[in-house]
Amino acid sequence: MKTKLLTALLLGSSVLGFAGVASAADVTLNIESWRNDDLGIWKDKLIPAFEAKNPGIKVVFAPSSPTEYDAALGAKLAAGSAGDLITCRPFDKSLELYKKGNLADLTKLPGMENFSDVAKSAWTTDDGAATFCVPMASVIHGFIYNKEAFEKLGLKVPETRDEFFAALDKIKADGTYIPMAMGTKDLWEAATMGYQNIGPNYWKGEEGRLALIKGEQKLTDKDWVEPFAELAKWKPYLGDGFEAQTYPDSQNLFTLGRAAIYPAGSWEIGLFNTQAQFKMGAFPPPVGKAGDTCYISDHTDIGIGLNAASKNADAAKTFLSWVASPEFASIYANALPGFFSLNSTAVKMEDPLAQEFVSWREKCKPTIRSTYQVLSRGTPNLENETWVESANVINGTDTPEVAAEKLQKGLDGWYKPAK
Amino acid sequence: MAAASKKPFRWHIGVFLAPAVLVYTAIMILPLFGTLQLSLFRSIEQVQTFVGFDNFRTLFTDPNWSFNFWNALKNNVWFFIIHMVVQNPIGVMLAALLSSPKLRFTAFYRTAIFIPTILSFVIVGFAWKLILSPIWGVAPNVMGLVGLKSWFTPWLGKEEYALTALSLISVWQFVGIPMMLIYAALLSIPDEVIEAAECDGITGWSQFWKIKLPLILPAIGIISILTFVGNFNAFDLIYTAQGALAGPNYSTDILGTFLYRAFFGFQLQVGDPHMGATIATMMFLIILIGVCFYLFLVQRRLRRYQF
Repeated sequence: MKTKLLTALLLGSSVLGFAGVASAADVTLNIESWRNDDLGIWKDKLIPAFEAKNPGIKVVFAPSSPTEYDAALGAKLAAGSAGDLITCRPFDKSLELYKKGNLADLTKLPGMENFSDVAKSAWTTDDGAATFCVPMASVIHGFIYNKEAFEKLGLKVPETRDEFFAALDKIKADGTYIPMAMGTKDLWEAATMGYQNIGPNYWKGEEGRLALIKGEQKLTDKDWVEPFAELAKWKPYLGDGFEAQTYPDSQNLFTLGRAAIYPAGSWEIGLFNTQAQFKMGAFPPPVGKAGDTCYISDHTDIGIGLNAASKNADAAKTFLSWVASPEFASIYANALPGFFSLNSTAVKMEDPLAQEFVSWREKCKPTIRSTYQVLSRGTPNLENETWVESANVINGTDTPEVAAEKLQKGLDGWYKPAK
Repeated sequence: MAAASKKPFRWHIGVFLAPAVLVYTAIMILPLFGTLQLSLFRSIEQVQTFVGFDNFRTLFTDPNWSFNFWNALKNNVWFFIIHMVVQNPIGVMLAALLSSPKLRFTAFYRTAIFIPTILSFVIVGFAWKLILSPIWGVAPNVMGLVGLKSWFTPWLGKEEYALTALSLISVWQFVGIPMMLIYAALLSIPDEVIEAAECDGITGWSQFWKIKLPLILPAIGIISILTFVGNFNAFDLIYTAQGALAGPNYSTDILGTFLYRAFFGFQLQVGDPHMGATIATMMFLIILIGVCFYLFLVQRRLRRYQF
């Protein structure tokens, strides 16, 4: 196996050498991706902008469906027919490709300096030595609210938790709106929009997340149990039958104007803009006391890397450097409101809701979802267990303490933090 | 002399059997042994290593695996029990009603009851999810019409009801199969037997219990074994209605969904083909034992009647 890989690599690099000599002719780069929703944006905006600047390089965006992507890509890489550029899933899936030698090391790629360490964390080896994908976009968690409902009820945008629950009480007392649109049927809503949304304020973002990976903190610590306790308090504010309410149900309840607050991820912006007939606003997860530092989940979601066996590595690197540039960031972020560029250069966006979300980066400290890096490698899988337990806590099946204990026990089963 | 009386080798039997045997071997028997083999290996540092029965030991002794396995098995047994006590008696009853000569529109009823069986699981799962939805579903309103609104709860989201609700949905979908098989068995009972019974004064329900039921018992046996195999292989309905994590709190997790998560992975969980194959092997053994139990202990004792 290993020798085969080595020969493949050697063969690949020798072919690359030839490609360098013959680069006078036009080069065509193929991009593998699961984002078939973005086909139009690539075709009409991103690729023409790149080709205009780089004559001689043609780019083709060839997406497959999200559920098939990982399997299809694996098969193509094994057969040597994968495209030159590969869209990277965050964390372990891409890390595995890098370890297998399918993704090239991009640590020294010009343009990489435009990204912070948090932005690169999803595509960096555990020791931080090598980065293998250019970060493209992240999604930010927060709450989207119905502005008209807030005006009608004379509510102020809550900044602290007390204000948040006071607002929920008021909406509930009024009775016109369901205070919060969220269900526990699909499980992940409770974990992603709930636990990972409000959690960073409790565990202090990166500080707590890294301490958890190092083994200095445990999920049974106060900082990790309290977000569960807050989730348990959400229960009375959810709609009737929230136990069987699915994710599309929640989206519809909010966009039809039947619910006042929606615990959200910024990826909703595009859809909500087209469906909701009312004005929307957004606020970050409320903090404990006014003036506390706020933390937000600014989760790295999508990146792009270089197929190690690509015959057009030089042209592909030119393209990747362009993806790392502020120009790409600006086109991409405006075409897809809610997917925010990870570039350190601030991007000017037109969409007011997207602007609101991204403005939190200036006053709050960003972190990524606590379960994504390293901690979800074993069985039981911490991310999946967090889905189940977050839903259990809201349903009242488990108390916050029991839920945290179960998660920590599962993690202890296979995870030994490096001392 | 001896050579002349020896039958010539009947090669045509082999030729005629070959297509079926080859296809069946390629797509059923080889993968089956492949799975069994896979369950005896483990991937250590990207290298396949023979570990004997270690994967099975993990499955039964590691609490992270064994809890899920026993939970899935328990749920699967409940899923099967509901089918046996609800689906099959209803199927027999419907068939008995349909074969009654006094009933009109039998063809219509037969078709209407059978149609859900040919629907895709995805449609059934989705339609029932909508019907039972507390937000847009018709169930709360329909129950409100008969004054039972307070009895409505979001069944699919409640740990204590979800599995039973899903079993009943599956019963609704598949009740047509026992109905059709029993119906065919009832039709094949010769008229002479029925007439003889009538001459002896056995009519109505007692005719059903004393004459027809004993005659259709072999068909009921076949249906039970089909239900058993189908239920322990089930996966689709749970997956489409509740997702791969079979929520809430794994209360609807059956062996099929457990296998899926282990083999293919889910979300951040990376698939482990070896543990997946181990679970698949256990499913195979459970079904094998169940079928053997039926073949050797039950079927031999069933009395068959020749006409």
